[in-house]
Formats: sequence, structure tokens, C-alpha cells
Amino acid sequence: MNAFFAFAVSFATLCLGAALVLASYRLFAGPSAQDRVLAFDTFYINGMLILLMQAIRSGSSSYFDMALLIALFGFLGTFALARFLLRQEIIEP
Amino acid sequence: MTIYDLPTWAALPAGILLILGGLFVLLGSLGLVRLSSFYARMHPPTMGTTLGTGCVLVASMLVSSAIAGRPAVHELLITLFVVMTTPVSATTLMAAAIARSKPKPKETS
Repeated sequence: MNAFFAFAVSFATLCLGAALVLASYRLFAGPSAQDRVLAFDTFYINGMLILLMQAIRSGSSSYFDMALLIALFGFLGTFALARFLLRQEIIEP
Repeated sequence: MTIYDLPTWAALPAGILLILGGLFVLLGSLGLVRLSSFYARMHPPTMGTTLGTGCVLVASMLVSSAIAGRPAVHELLITLFVVMTTPVSATTLMAAAIARSKPKPKETS
């Protein structure tokens, strides 16, 4: 059973790494700006999930705070970029 | 207790959830690369984000509960945050894409 769990952790980490590579391809090659913002959104979620896989693998609880911070600031970044694309201004006077 | 001596009630569902979550996220990112237009590309990462994050975080909750010996639900915070914020950023991004794809109004002077 533990061999199955170790295989599952390795498999999920590999899948998340491949997803990170695919998202970074779209981040660099995206034809329009909104494509890049969408790819950035996917990118930070994938990175956060890889961090959580590391937390599962090591059994430590300090990775959780980092994952929460990545989720928080990644959302702020995506929202600010999308808002800038929408209105050409982030904070309206 | 490390991950190498987890009890079966935690290891089996956590392993299945991890495999499912990894496949969901991989499919979402593959759709982000493979689909043709931006409006089609909007859908797969949203599915991958929500379902993949949900699966991985439930698995993480199971593992940390089994390690700590008591129910550990602090991973629900990340799930709640991701589920709350993904529609907001997706809606704003879609509005931005629609506004950018419209032709610019002609200057009348």
C-alpha cells in the first residue's frame, strides 16, 4: 500500500511538472496579452500544487503557509493584470 | 510517522486522489496549449485549477490528519480561497478580452 502511495506522489509530481512546462510555453508564446495572463494564472496554481506535493512528501507543515501566500499574491497579480487590460488603469481616481 | 508508514485508510484514497488531481491539472494545461482561440483556451485551466486543487488538497488533508493523529482541516483555507477567487479573475479576464477584441471607435472631431 505504501508503495502505491509513493508511486502516486511521484506520478502527481511528474504530471504537475509537465503542466508547469506547458503553461510556461503558453506564457512565452501566447499571441495576445490576455493569453499570457491566463497562462500566468495556471502557472502559479501549478507551482502552488507542486509545493503542496513537497509538503505531502516531507510531512512538514511549514509548506502550507507558503502555498497560502502564493495563492493570495497570485490572485492579486492576475486580478491587477486583468483589470489593467480592461481599463488601462488599476486604481481608478 | 512519515509518509512511508501511513495507515491504509489514508494511503489508498489519498493516492487515488493524487493521481486524479495530477491528471486533471495536466489535462487543463494541455488544453491551454492545444486549443485554438482564446475563448476556447479559457475553459480547460479553470477545470484543472478547481478540480486539481480540490483533489490535491483533500489528499493533503488526509495525509496530515493521519500524521497528526487528529483531524487537520487547515487545507480547507486554500480550497476556499481558490474556489472564491478563480471565478473573479476569470470573469475580469474575459471582460478584458471582449473589450480588447472590439474594434476601436473612430475619432470624431
